[in-house]
Amino acid sequence: MTGSTRYVLRGVAPLGGEPTDLLLADGIIAAIGTDAVRAALDTDVSDRARGMAHAGSDTEAVEIDGAGLVALPGLVDLHTHLREPGREDAETVASGTRAAALGGFTAVHAMANTTPVADTAGVVEQVWRLGQDAGWVDVHPVGAVSVALAGEHLAELGAMAASAARVRVFSDDGKCIADPVLMRRALEYVKAFDGVIAQHAQEPRLTADAQMHEGIVSAELGLTGWPAVAEEAIIARDVLLAEHVGSRLHVCHLSTAGSVDLVRWAKARGIDVTAEVTPHHLLLTDELARGYDPVYKVNPPLRTAADVEAVRAGLADGTIDIVATDHAPHTREDKDCEWAAAAAGMTGLETALSVVQQTMVDTGRLTWADVARVMSSAPAAIGRITGGDRPQGRPITVGEPANLTLVDPAARWTVVPEVQATASANSPFRGRELPGRVVATFLRGRATVLAGQAVPQADAGSPGAAGSAYPTTARNA
Amino acid sequence: MRHLLSTADLDRATAIHILDTAAQMAATQSREIKKLPTLRGRTVINLFFEDSTRTRISFETAAKRLSADVINFSAKGSSVSKGESLKDTALTLQAMGADAVVVRHQASGAPHTLAHAGWVDGAVINAGDGTHQHPTQALLDAYTIRRHLAVAGGAGGGGTLDPSGRDLAGLKVAIVGDVLHSRVARSNVLLLRTLGADVTLVAPPTLIPVGVEAWPCRVSYHLDDVLRAEQPDAIMMLRVQRERMGAGGSGGGAFFPNPLEYTRGFGLDARRLALLPEHAIVMHPGPMNRGLEISADAADSRRAVIVEQVANGVAVRMAVLYLLLAGDAAEPKLVDERVGIA
Repeated sequence: MTGSTRYVLRGVAPLGGEPTDLLLADGIIAAIGTDAVRAALDTDVSDRARGMAHAGSDTEAVEIDGAGLVALPGLVDLHTHLREPGREDAETVASGTRAAALGGFTAVHAMANTTPVADTAGVVEQVWRLGQDAGWVDVHPVGAVSVALAGEHLAELGAMAASAARVRVFSDDGKCIADPVLMRRALEYVKAFDGVIAQHAQEPRLTADAQMHEGIVSAELGLTGWPAVAEEAIIARDVLLAEHVGSRLHVCHLSTAGSVDLVRWAKARGIDVTAEVTPHHLLLTDELARGYDPVYKVNPPLRTAADVEAVRAGLADGTIDIVATDHAPHTREDKDCEWAAAAAGMTGLETALSVVQQTMVDTGRLTWADVARVMSSAPAAIGRITGGDRPQGRPITVGEPANLTLVDPAARWTVVPEVQATASANSPFRGRELPGRVVATFLRGRATVLAGQAVPQADAGSPGAAGSAYPTTARNA
Repeated sequence: MRHLLSTADLDRATAIHILDTAAQMAATQSREIKKLPTLRGRTVINLFFEDSTRTRISFETAAKRLSADVINFSAKGSSVSKGESLKDTALTLQAMGADAVVVRHQASGAPHTLAHAGWVDGAVINAGDGTHQHPTQALLDAYTIRRHLAVAGGAGGGGTLDPSGRDLAGLKVAIVGDVLHSRVARSNVLLLRTLGADVTLVAPPTLIPVGVEAWPCRVSYHLDDVLRAEQPDAIMMLRVQRERMGAGGSGGGAFFPNPLEYTRGFGLDARRLALLPEHAIVMHPGPMNRGLEISADAADSRRAVIVEQVANGVAVRMAVLYLLLAGDAAEPKLVDERVGIA
């Protein structure tokens, strides 16, 4: 079901390259290049003059002035907490996916730690349908590895893989699969359907009651430490397990310099491991805990400046494959309290691309083509969603699905969590000025975001809603 | 100074000012009528989320000696898991018109949150938060050390001369025991260093936090070496909590094998007492585990100032309440008030 509105994107720069024109029609990228787009439009006019208007092109093409805008393939998040079912007070599939669209995403993987846990085909299909109904992005449920995330018995991974949701990513995220035998079995079992185990690497005994990164700041603040070794020890174990059983491992939200070294070593050894880093671990450090503001409480915790530098370097050299948000909305009451009582987690869907631009692009460490890789094609490949009936993470070439994000890299904006689309306000970037705005997002040719504003689904096909060119200052307030 | 949350917030001049004020308060406490009218009509709320009879009584006594109205609010067991949140408790106190909130909480940083979240207008005094800070304990310790050791002519004066205006420059203090979980140690390391003392922490490595290298102090794992080589002027024995021990059911998580081994390595007994210089004082924040971190010989020796620490605690807390609530006058006007109540 594709939008009937056709869009002509004038003068956009695919992957930051030479500006050109793109025609989006019938859900695909129909033409690229000024001449090709003109020719396609002319053909269409002459067709219509002869009464041969074809489906999906019964309206005028909507022109978007894309001067200065970078066109990226629609972003894919491998790590999103949408909270539904169970914690609809923090986020719903509808609110979270609208936030995702505003952040430039066209697909998200919804983590399994809901209530009930997404450990059966029934729950993952429910989340999958909620995503379809919301229509903002493709929602790919992540299945729990163990029943109720308890780390004891394998959940019905096969049933989830075979369900309508076609689950390929399995994770107990929020909890570590600490039992090495369970981890081994899970790694082996998912080979049958090309699945991947996405591990939340946190040795539980080393992190009992842990509140923040263990180091100079935790010693001073008297907050129980979460040592880097608790993450690194699990990663070391897991890459060796993955090698032993010949399976595929994904490391969630890698946060320490030592973890980068371990993944680098594993890849050099030929182990089939991928790794992600979050935007907040690319920018923020444990120094922020000094004010005891629980908005900076997150798991794994914010690390040191040396770790931030290491994960940036790891992302730049390809050791870290992707950026994933770990968008973790929490209600005000879960953050409006003393640090130890607060929930861990930060929102991130609507700030991810800006943080990546600031930390990686504006610093010269990644090109926009690299951003397309680490935020679209690589996560789509890990999640095995580059094919099928709703492919994601595809190149910007003619005939590919029109999943696109237009970003204005020259824009600057100040984060105001209360005006974000996510239902929660626990953004650690509150008050920060960030570079880069998502101007438009297209999901299979249908605009979900235009002029930096979410386009309600019912209006998505209406040209009236889409006619305005992007005003550079529209969302800078 | 609007709140007292951490000794990290005290510069040398402010710390000395508090100690000098405490000395003036102490002077009033030897009179027959100990009560001063200074805080008449002001309300001090003792908000204790954690049991601590001694600290609460000390603050209560201090506030009452200054004629403040005192309300004790024991919120133990509330907050985190069930019952009222810290925020709602704070808003309740605010509605009751608290001029100062003395807060003891099991969560590190809770007083900081209380002071900065906009929930209460009054001054917040940290009476111990988790494993973070206990600033009035450090102030009373510094006061006690200064009274005994920082007199004119140097160490060993016995507290007979007036130490007003002085810091602790050149004094050596050893803090022994469970540093990892100790808010007393954190508070003292910062305050004693600000006042010029040299601090050495002594503990088994399991009870020293990762990150201690940034603290302005030395660290040793050997008490006997420290006693012999450094000859500390004051030794502060920290309470060791029973649940940290091997027998506590914490399996591999125990911090030392058993109480006997701890006592052999880090307990202050008669033999170690004899290693101290003649003028050295023995301190303990209480309550003591006699026979574990301190033997009866040490606790009851003439060098022990442990009971005096308690008395000094009242004077120091009077000074803190006075300075926070009686305006920002540079000098306390105790003399005038004393005339008023004579």
